[in-house]
Amino acid sequence: MVGIITYGAYIPQFRIKADEIAKVWGANGTEISNGLGVFEKSVPDMDEDSLTIAVNAARNALARRDVNPADIGAIYVGSESHPYAVKPTSVTVGEAIGATPVMTAADYEFACKAGTAGIQTCMGLVKSGMIKYGVAIGSDVAQGAPSDALEYTAAAGGAAFVIGNDDPIAEINDTCSYSTDTPDFWRREGQAYPRHGGRFSGEPAYFKHVQGAAHLMMDRMGTKPADYDYAIFHQPNAKFPRNVAAMLGFKPEQIKQGLCAPRLGNTYSGAVPVGLSSVLDVAKPGDRIFVTSYGSGSGSDAFDITVTDAILTKIDRKAAPSVETMLNDKIYLDYAQYAKHKGKIVMQK
Amino acid sequence: MSVPRFWRKQTNRYNLIGTKCETCGTYYFPPRSLCPKCRREGKIVDYKFKGTGKIVTFSVVRTASDKFDLQTPFVVAIIELDEGTRLTAPVICSDINEVYIGMRVKSTFRKISADGDSGIIVYGTKFIRE
Repeated sequence: MVGIITYGAYIPQFRIKADEIAKVWGANGTEISNGLGVFEKSVPDMDEDSLTIAVNAARNALARRDVNPADIGAIYVGSESHPYAVKPTSVTVGEAIGATPVMTAADYEFACKAGTAGIQTCMGLVKSGMIKYGVAIGSDVAQGAPSDALEYTAAAGGAAFVIGNDDPIAEINDTCSYSTDTPDFWRREGQAYPRHGGRFSGEPAYFKHVQGAAHLMMDRMGTKPADYDYAIFHQPNAKFPRNVAAMLGFKPEQIKQGLCAPRLGNTYSGAVPVGLSSVLDVAKPGDRIFVTSYGSGSGSDAFDITVTDAILTKIDRKAAPSVETMLNDKIYLDYAQYAKHKGKIVMQK
Repeated sequence: MSVPRFWRKQTNRYNLIGTKCETCGTYYFPPRSLCPKCRREGKIVDYKFKGTGKIVTFSVVRTASDKFDLQTPFVVAIIELDEGTRLTAPVICSDINEVYIGMRVKSTFRKISADGDSGIIVYGTKFIRE
């Protein structure tokens, strides 16, 4: 059955605390952190972008399992922050992992769910027999305007999944999506920062679509929340996934391992992929995983996944750093250093 | 760097692909098409380096050209790869005082430079502490 052959995540080393951002804007950091459930977020180094994160995540995936790069027939990179408006991130990833030239590739954009859309595309190509392996990556150096609520959460990170049929470490039993035209968050061409509808991004957007896809998935599989060992929901903050999990009937311990937002922030297209990587870091054969992403605009992709014995025999999980290891390996920045890292300082040209 | 010049070498820059002389076992990076030791007896093949090694010596760059100005101070080192060949490359570190001769390093993929706001972005290999 089609599934995840191997996986890898990448999180930059730098962090900034919500308190430090709040201090600059005269806000109450404790109040904001407690409200969002996000206490610090990752920040890219000055020579990191969504492409370098995608490459390093893909290399971590290939370090765990001996996959012949020549057998990779497709690469899809989902991101809101591709370094070029026109020139694909995915071909540079392909070149950097040795998968070129006999492969198809494209960059995806669907706000925060472009990475899971890539997984679905790879599943289709594998199931139809068009390719042996496909690589789906969600990667972002997320944008948030100075002083905007997004600045407290917009983070950097990503994860890569090799999708195939041969001895997957986790079988993807089914996937489905729920999509509508809902303008809760957008970024116009050429604009540096996105805009959003504030509270409008909650009920008619995130909650409607995540619940829509989640219910659809459980109806199709004939399952209930208690049938799953782990659940991962898109995490623009820690509050939304906790609330939607409770609304659907999942317990806090089911979402804990995949909820990275409190220490990572929102890595946009990387958010659910990093959360799923965190679960795969500890999952045992037979564990069942429920995944629902969310991308503004809006849509949700749901997945029902079962971990197989191959997770113990076919990959070396220690060959690449776990999400927990990367979350703990950190260097704090003050706001001035953060502004320099993110290119927010106006320089003389 | 012109776009074609960067493009011609990107496979080597992305993946540390050099060459090896199968006759004498010597590794080369950047790649050589002729082994200077074996001459016409040499048999040169492509070789992808593991990307691990140690710092032989290094310099701290405190004043750089415009493209690299924001990254100062940064470290450029001569690195001896485990296969035996040496190359010059940037070493990423949050504190330049942490770098020392003999430090074990591994390769990683980073942005090297960008040609202004509209030009090509050059990616390649840098090294971080192993």
